[in-house]
Amino acid sequence: MHKILLKIFRTGTLTEPLPEPGPPVKPCPLVRGSLAVRHVDAGSCNACELELHAFTQAFYAPESIGIRFVASPRHADVLLVTGPVTLAMKDALRAAHEAMPDPRYVIALGDCACNGGIFRGSYAVSGGVPEVIPVDGQIPGCPPEPKRILAYLEQLVSAENKD
Amino acid sequence: MLNPIEWSSGPDGEIPFGTPFPFSVPFALASPESPGLYLEGVRRIKERGGRLVSLWGSWTSGADPAVLAAFSDAEGLLLYRFRLSADDRSFPSIAFLFPLANRLERAVRDLYGWDPAGLSDQRPWLDHGLWDGPPMVPQDASFQRSPEGADSPQEEYPFVRVEGEGVHEIPVGPIHAGIIEPGHFRFQVVGEKLLRMEERFGFAHKGVRTLFRNRSVSDAARLAGRVSGDSAVAFQTAFSDAVEVATGSPPPRRALWIRSILLERERIANHLGDLGALGNDAGFGFGSVQFGRLKEEFLRTNARIFGHRYLMDTVVPGGVAGDLGRQELALLREECARTKSDVLELKTIYDEHGGLQDRFSGTGWLDPMLAGRWGLGGVAGRASGQMYDLRHSHPVPPYDQVHVPVSISRLGDVSARVQVRFQEVRHSLSFLDSVLEALPEGPFFIQPEETFSPFEGVGWVEGWRGEVLCWVRLGSGGTVLDAHCHDPSWLLWPALEQTVPGNLVADFPLINKSFNLSYSGHDL
Repeated sequence: MHKILLKIFRTGTLTEPLPEPGPPVKPCPLVRGSLAVRHVDAGSCNACELELHAFTQAFYAPESIGIRFVASPRHADVLLVTGPVTLAMKDALRAAHEAMPDPRYVIALGDCACNGGIFRGSYAVSGGVPEVIPVDGQIPGCPPEPKRILAYLEQLVSAENKD
Repeated sequence: MLNPIEWSSGPDGEIPFGTPFPFSVPFALASPESPGLYLEGVRRIKERGGRLVSLWGSWTSGADPAVLAAFSDAEGLLLYRFRLSADDRSFPSIAFLFPLANRLERAVRDLYGWDPAGLSDQRPWLDHGLWDGPPMVPQDASFQRSPEGADSPQEEYPFVRVEGEGVHEIPVGPIHAGIIEPGHFRFQVVGEKLLRMEERFGFAHKGVRTLFRNRSVSDAARLAGRVSGDSAVAFQTAFSDAVEVATGSPPPRRALWIRSILLERERIANHLGDLGALGNDAGFGFGSVQFGRLKEEFLRTNARIFGHRYLMDTVVPGGVAGDLGRQELALLREECARTKSDVLELKTIYDEHGGLQDRFSGTGWLDPMLAGRWGLGGVAGRASGQMYDLRHSHPVPPYDQVHVPVSISRLGDVSARVQVRFQEVRHSLSFLDSVLEALPEGPFFIQPEETFSPFEGVGWVEGWRGEVLCWVRLGSGGTVLDAHCHDPSWLLWPALEQTVPGNLVADFPLINKSFNLSYSGHDL
């Protein structure tokens, strides 16, 4: 036990200051101070998932500003979608979107989700989230770095962005 | 002698293979003329203790449709090319000899419409009934759909059912409750106890193989790096090896050494992430924070020195994309030393934590006898006592000079897979230290020769998860006619199913994480 405490003490606080806000984003109505995010992988190569995992770590600490990942779309303010939307994931993605409460804010995360990316044109993909459900925001990148994800989501929770 | 069937010469009209370099993984090719000879050859491989590595189809304009199967034995890689006859679009199934061929052969049936003769499992695998016929058939081919092809829309996938008093089913996926790739698991349980689990995949199928067609070699290498994002270096290295073999252009020495640095950095970063996630899944958030920190620092160094956090596009056919200066080398070495002492400290904490070890030990047991019978490699295979590691058995430079010991455990449970990861991180860090110190001088890139007629090549690399194989067929002018990327997850997903019975439902996430297999690399 003392080894754990000592290590925690020596490690200190890892969380970094919030990044500079990026270009203004479409606000998410009714949301203030907390943001429930449901992630759906619609057939990505899994690099975007790696960055999402990195994003939840102590350096970025999204929970400290009220951003948390939830298990059910019914609890979600935001649907965060990765991947070019394979044909086999199309219905599942629609169902998850359908299950959300309004206002159903959707973000396409990564180049593939934005427009199909490198997989665009294949017989097995839809060519991006906008082809399947309405999209409110995009975070491009292959994959997008955690600080870009934070810069976007931070604007959705921050109070200045409201009214 | 590798195999009694005649080598490389092949029948007329067959696209020739490049020859392996003295320092690349040795391989040999056989083209059995009849189903009987094919089965006879495969049976001999089985009897001699060979392993199945991969199996895939290929059909491009100007070449006969064929099923290719890759096996390995003590001497190297053995490639079988079974050419399908024009009137009978079927190939002999080898699943009765190598059970792991089942899903690979079903995938060939889904993608080409060819029937694996003798395979009793008629269910589709990658096909969800959403494509217009088999998608890999070339446009100009007159195609007769096989009568038993799996192209009709599948309403309900026929899972194997368990019946009895108190048995119920838990369907999970394709969307999981977390940041995970898409796939479906069907559990049969009694109370909290798992009786059986069956996988259903194909949700991440992106049609990657058709996207390879007609790409330039360098563009195709980018695509290879995105087959499975966590194994970008492994796939790009295997793909580059395949192109270099096909074009007969060995990469410069310095490039090989830098590739090994990239491969080991990818391995360490993924293992660190897994060790943290395994702690977290067992309710030990401290592990997640600490290993998350180490991984993030590694990723940031990757971005700073190699230009990409996950090292995508750092390996190219002909060498590597960038060189390392003295300053960078010093920085990388310094990071290795720092990480080593941190990991050692955390290992002690993990080892001494009773609650953590209680969750790890005995959970998700993969029988070493089964692992041996199936010839399983990778982290999961080695944690069940299998001595398979290409860096050890077929070392290419610099692994032939700076040796990496095989990390092994015989326990076969989650704790064994944790221990193997700890060992591999330690060995990789020591390896990096030696390699960074002795990096040879010279160019880091030599443009591969152009091919003027079709040529094939193969690359086989020990990625962080297991053996990654890439096969490529190049046309004239350096374009890719066809390519296949094989992720080790193909062979390890069926093993995961075998570890589940008898465990608690709540332990499945932990077991799954301890394998950490790729959905994208499998579904392709």
